[in-house]
Amino acid sequence: MDSSLLTLADIRKSFGGVRALERASLELPRGAVTALIGENGAGKSTLVKILSGIHQPDAGEIRFDGKAVRIADPLASRALGIGVVHQECLSFDNLSVAENLFVNCQPSRRGLVNWTAMRAQATAVLRDLDADFDADLPAGRLSIAQKHVMQIARALAHESRVLIFDEPTASLSQRECAELFRIVRKLRDAGCALLFISHKFEEIFALADRYAVFRDGVSVSAGKVSEVTGDELIRLMVGRPVEQLFPKLETTAGAELLRVEHLSRAGEFADISFTLRSGEILGVYGLVGAGRTELAEVLFGIKAADSGSVVTGVDVALVPEDRQTQGTVLPFSVAANIALPNLATLAPRGWCRAHDESRLARQWIDRLAIKAQGPEQPVQNLSGGNQQKVVIAKWLARRPGVLILDEPTKGIDVGAKAAVHAVTSEFARDGGGVLMISSDLPEILGMSDRVLVMRRGRLRGEFTREQATSENLLRAASDA
Amino acid sequence: MSGIRTLSGHTRRDLAFAALTLALFLAVTFAFPGFAAPRNLAGLLDDTAILIMLALGQMLVILVRGIDLSIAANLALCGMLAAVFDRAWPGMGVAPILVLTLVSGALLGAFNGVLVWKLRLPPIVVTLGTMSIYRGAIYLLSKGAWVNENEMSRGFLAFPRGEFLGLTLLSWLALAVTAVFVVALRRSRLARDLYAAGGNPEAANYSGIDAGRMQFVAYTICGALAGVCGYLWVARFAVAYTDIALGFELSVIAACLIGGVAIAGGVGSAVGVVLGCLFIGIIRSSLPLVGISAFWQMFINGVVILVAVLLSARQREYKRTILEVRA
Repeated sequence: MDSSLLTLADIRKSFGGVRALERASLELPRGAVTALIGENGAGKSTLVKILSGIHQPDAGEIRFDGKAVRIADPLASRALGIGVVHQECLSFDNLSVAENLFVNCQPSRRGLVNWTAMRAQATAVLRDLDADFDADLPAGRLSIAQKHVMQIARALAHESRVLIFDEPTASLSQRECAELFRIVRKLRDAGCALLFISHKFEEIFALADRYAVFRDGVSVSAGKVSEVTGDELIRLMVGRPVEQLFPKLETTAGAELLRVEHLSRAGEFADISFTLRSGEILGVYGLVGAGRTELAEVLFGIKAADSGSVVTGVDVALVPEDRQTQGTVLPFSVAANIALPNLATLAPRGWCRAHDESRLARQWIDRLAIKAQGPEQPVQNLSGGNQQKVVIAKWLARRPGVLILDEPTKGIDVGAKAAVHAVTSEFARDGGGVLMISSDLPEILGMSDRVLVMRRGRLRGEFTREQATSENLLRAASDA
Repeated sequence: MSGIRTLSGHTRRDLAFAALTLALFLAVTFAFPGFAAPRNLAGLLDDTAILIMLALGQMLVILVRGIDLSIAANLALCGMLAAVFDRAWPGMGVAPILVLTLVSGALLGAFNGVLVWKLRLPPIVVTLGTMSIYRGAIYLLSKGAWVNENEMSRGFLAFPRGEFLGLTLLSWLALAVTAVFVVALRRSRLARDLYAAGGNPEAANYSGIDAGRMQFVAYTICGALAGVCGYLWVARFAVAYTDIALGFELSVIAACLIGGVAIAGGVGSAVGVVLGCLFIGIIRSSLPLVGISAFWQMFINGVVILVAVLLSARQREYKRTILEVRA
């Protein structure tokens, strides 16, 4: 009766008293894509680590092909035929693609690695996937999308029959996603059991056959994708209806805050002109690599422009794309992170007082509903959504006139997303100007008063809220 | 065509550095034709042999994101052990001494490795500590006294100096170790695991490679080489005392860096390291000819390290051209 290739039944796992998984069950049938959804902290990554052999479950059963198995370590996982495509692209950048595919299981003869055989086998797998790169290339030279393909190739090289995709599209462009989906469908048709973890509902509805929802480590629902709606999935994930994902407030555009004229930087973007007014949320849409982040960095002043001008009379703040390396100092406490850009006010004579920093932090923890034990908790222990709130708080505390957000909700869960959108809207209502860079179309459409589209470093269109539709924006952003 | 295109960045770097070393050699030879005499070259190799073996061991450790500051102290301790053993039981032959130093060196290296692996202490702190401990142990072992040439047996002294086809046994040993490293680093599963663990420990973990255990293995091999070199050093210079090879760990690390081993781990080749040692060796032996003081040798090594690190950093710099990127 067990039609599924891999079954997890009542898995429990705790880390030092913190429960990560509690009665988690999941079935992965052959020849189907199962979408796993849940907010951050729902236990998805713990599940992936259990299937990879990194963690052992405290209780529960894993059945592979009907037989109970134990995944003692990563080698056991690989031997069973489970392959994982990690979001953060675990690759060996100094080694060739071929070696990446066969790490720790190189074809060998009399104890010596057989490079010829390894290269031939790697080339064969890459050809099967229609990969556009060579097995001899160092992995560090691949794009993120190509690294994903390499990880899939790695799984295929080990004849994996279960493939787990952990948020694979988080940093891919539209076209790269389409390419990835093509491969996923091909694997599905070949009879593999696929698990697809994603925050993006469009993808789930486009790609998945089945869904499973986790909430707080418990599997709350599972079924066929054709029988649910996005709203139902959100309700299942959050456990309550989310009031509004895009709480856009009505504002009227006021005085001009920022004027950019013919701004250029060699190799990155050219001839960019636009204005931003008080009360306005200006969306900047485009594919990854269109030069949007670079533009933000020049506006913020990290990089210098080669030509053109930026005129502004107010403070500019930037919430950068990568909150872990650019937005926060991870080992620092919430209070210390928020204090960092505000030391001139907090400590005008150069002496910091912990008390003032805590008070400032507590204000923002309350205002943005940051889930932290207190101002002293290190930021690295917070979830992604709460880390992002800390980054936003540290800049809003400066009371800037212009706020630049670069992919503000990338990789954070629905609840945190709605909160980030709410605070952005309030900032605009109170007279600020927002430049919001995003690759998330619903976000751009839901939040922006006006949308700029960039492609290959140039402005390719400007749309009012009324004019902006998915089709318009996509057409302007891609080569078509 | 494809052969050249597929040369890894590292092979290309090795070739470029080989050309540079050769140019340096030719320049010195041009000024002092005697420099290229076979006798002198054999002497150069003999002088560099211990550095080569130590640097190869050190390379393994740096490859897995470690560093071994205790390598010279390990050498000195094992060298004293060999000298004391030979004084107590002279005439036992060289074999027991080689085994003794190999094992004791490996144990000292393994001690570093365990601290780094199991206690997850930072390698630089661990080996800074063991560097002092091992030096201190020499004092305890020898009670501060020297072991001089007249206390060493004939066989003990003769082994590294024995000649075969015009090269000393010490030189042959260094060549043999180099050959093993060249083959093993490219072809052995263990070495490929070392590269993987050093290049990306987390990804290695997901591939079933214990990155910490790889560090332990690297420290142990490095220690074993240092131990044997301890005997060779003491026999070659015919004296053992607490401070032999004091500060030599810095020359070893310098040879690795000049030879293209990335301090961040995951990158390095045996050929590069040997070239780095020869480069240092040529400078060291030619400076007196030119009449320049030893101070300049350190100065030049330092400049070469900085230039080498600068060049490889430039090479790695990711060049983005967004205007032309495929959409």
